[in-house]
Amino acid sequence: MNNDNAILTTHDLSVGYRNGSQQVTLLSGLNLVLEKGKLVALLGQNGAGKSTLLRALTCDEHPLDGTIEISGRNMHDMSQKDRSRLIGLVSTERIQAGALTVTELVGLGRQPHTGFLGRLDDEDRKIVHQSMVDAGIIGKANEYMASLSDGERQKAMIARALAQQTPIIILDEPTAFLDVASRIETMRLLQTLAHERGKAVLLSSHDISQSLMLADELWLITTDRQVLTGTPKKLIADGAMDHLFTNRSIHFNHDILDYSF
Amino acid sequence: MTYRRFTITIIAMTVLLVLLGVACLLFGSVDIPADKIADIVTGKGSGNKAWDIIILQSRIPMIITAALAGAALSISGLLLQTTFNNPLAGPSILGVSSGAGLGVAIVILAMGGSLGGLLGEGAGSYMAILVGALLGAGMVLVTLIAFSAIVRSNTMLLIIGILVSYLTSSVVQLLNSVATEEGVHNYVAWGFGNFSGVSAAQMPIYAGVIILALIGSALMVKPLNALLLGTRYARNLGINVSRTRNSLLLITGILTAVVTAYCGPIGFIGLVVPHIARMSLGTSNHARLVPATILAGADIALLCALVSVNNPHGIIPINAITPIIGVPIILYIILNRRRIQYFN
Repeated sequence: MNNDNAILTTHDLSVGYRNGSQQVTLLSGLNLVLEKGKLVALLGQNGAGKSTLLRALTCDEHPLDGTIEISGRNMHDMSQKDRSRLIGLVSTERIQAGALTVTELVGLGRQPHTGFLGRLDDEDRKIVHQSMVDAGIIGKANEYMASLSDGERQKAMIARALAQQTPIIILDEPTAFLDVASRIETMRLLQTLAHERGKAVLLSSHDISQSLMLADELWLITTDRQVLTGTPKKLIADGAMDHLFTNRSIHFNHDILDYSF
Repeated sequence: MTYRRFTITIIAMTVLLVLLGVACLLFGSVDIPADKIADIVTGKGSGNKAWDIIILQSRIPMIITAALAGAALSISGLLLQTTFNNPLAGPSILGVSSGAGLGVAIVILAMGGSLGGLLGEGAGSYMAILVGALLGAGMVLVTLIAFSAIVRSNTMLLIIGILVSYLTSSVVQLLNSVATEEGVHNYVAWGFGNFSGVSAAQMPIYAGVIILALIGSALMVKPLNALLLGTRYARNLGINVSRTRNSLLLITGILTAVVTAYCGPIGFIGLVVPHIARMSLGTSNHARLVPATILAGADIALLCALVSVNNPHGIIPINAITPIIGVPIILYIILNRRRIQYFN
């Protein structure tokens, strides 16, 4: 598989979880390729293994089998610090940072690049500023995180990931708690980052129609635990969209690019 | 703007620290004229031996003991609150102090003496007492880590901490039942909390260990800030979460153990002071929070010490004063949690 744009690749990756002594495999034999400059949406119904796969890719969970490589290097051989310079994360974890200003929060994204005490120099501050501009949150730079709306908070978290200056950004359901307007805005922002900054952006989502419209590529977890990949166009043409949900009364409507029932 | 607020807060807290220190020097159970005190402190001597001894061997050690104890307990509280992502965590409420107390009690008993040795010079035995306190505090911290992996709820962890406290105090009481009457009396006195238990000879160890651990906490500012975002984000920022957590709990254990061994299990300071620091600075950024917590902790402890020794009918136990300061602040925080930034 020679692909100059490939930055993250998985090789026969199996992910799942351990329940006591039992090992539950959710997805196996995954050979996925994440490319620079592309916005990839990971779709699948609840419990299909979206978060588990993302946790494996961010090294928060050890895969059950197989390897993950970034630019040809095995991710599990790297130090935590090395990884922190390659993958930026935006998750739905509850954060305690209400009394940090947006600037301070985004500044935390510089930690992989700062010294022992985490002090920011002028260069770091410039990057923090630019990240806030890029994420469209510069207007709230001096506001407390606690005073932001959900959409603004998500932008600040994305700015934080940008300040980390990683070639890959992985987002676990970044639009889950957002209203429609903020969802579209966030997706457009991520698309811009992929297309104009050349970042590889991978996000999990429940929003099928938006992913079909805005993502360059889909990773689709089907009901029989396969991961189908390809452009939205190709996957729709292949009829892959019909294998996303188990419920037979829900079917994919090709005219509206969404599900009907 | 935030830097100005930080500077003003730090200056105010430092001025208050000096004022309280001077007040503790001037006022006590014995009236000594201020000019004589100045003479004693500057090394000239007052010509009154009793006064010299009171100032040099009682008041000054008490001031240093109280200031350091307050700083130590407050930093313990701050580190526990960030580590467990729990704004109501603190060394006494989580049972760390009582764990240290249990360790102390066991050591005293194992050394064949009564619990009375606790307040005495103990012929070099205070190293053993310290180790006992450290092991006791460490045991509770390890228990808390184990439980925090199983129970995700913050409230449940607090309840487990309170249960641990009950358990350790029941063990201590069982130990007391085989101790001498004098030992029991001294143990009860120790439990009241007291900043006068560190003699000038013990001071280097007490102060040295606390200052080193406080410096250690100041060096943890970067991972502490990363932990504000939760463990997953912290890991993503390159922080080794389990190693960081162990270092933080080690520092917490040392600080709580030393203070508890010498001053008794002092409540509320560790829980309340980090909130005072956060509210006066308006931030949860540890780069500013750590120095402010150290100063505010020293301030509060000196205030308690001042009240404690200035009662015409005898010394008031420290643990009778800390709840009067602490409970209203905690209630204020609980009632206003939606309005206070760092809860959101």
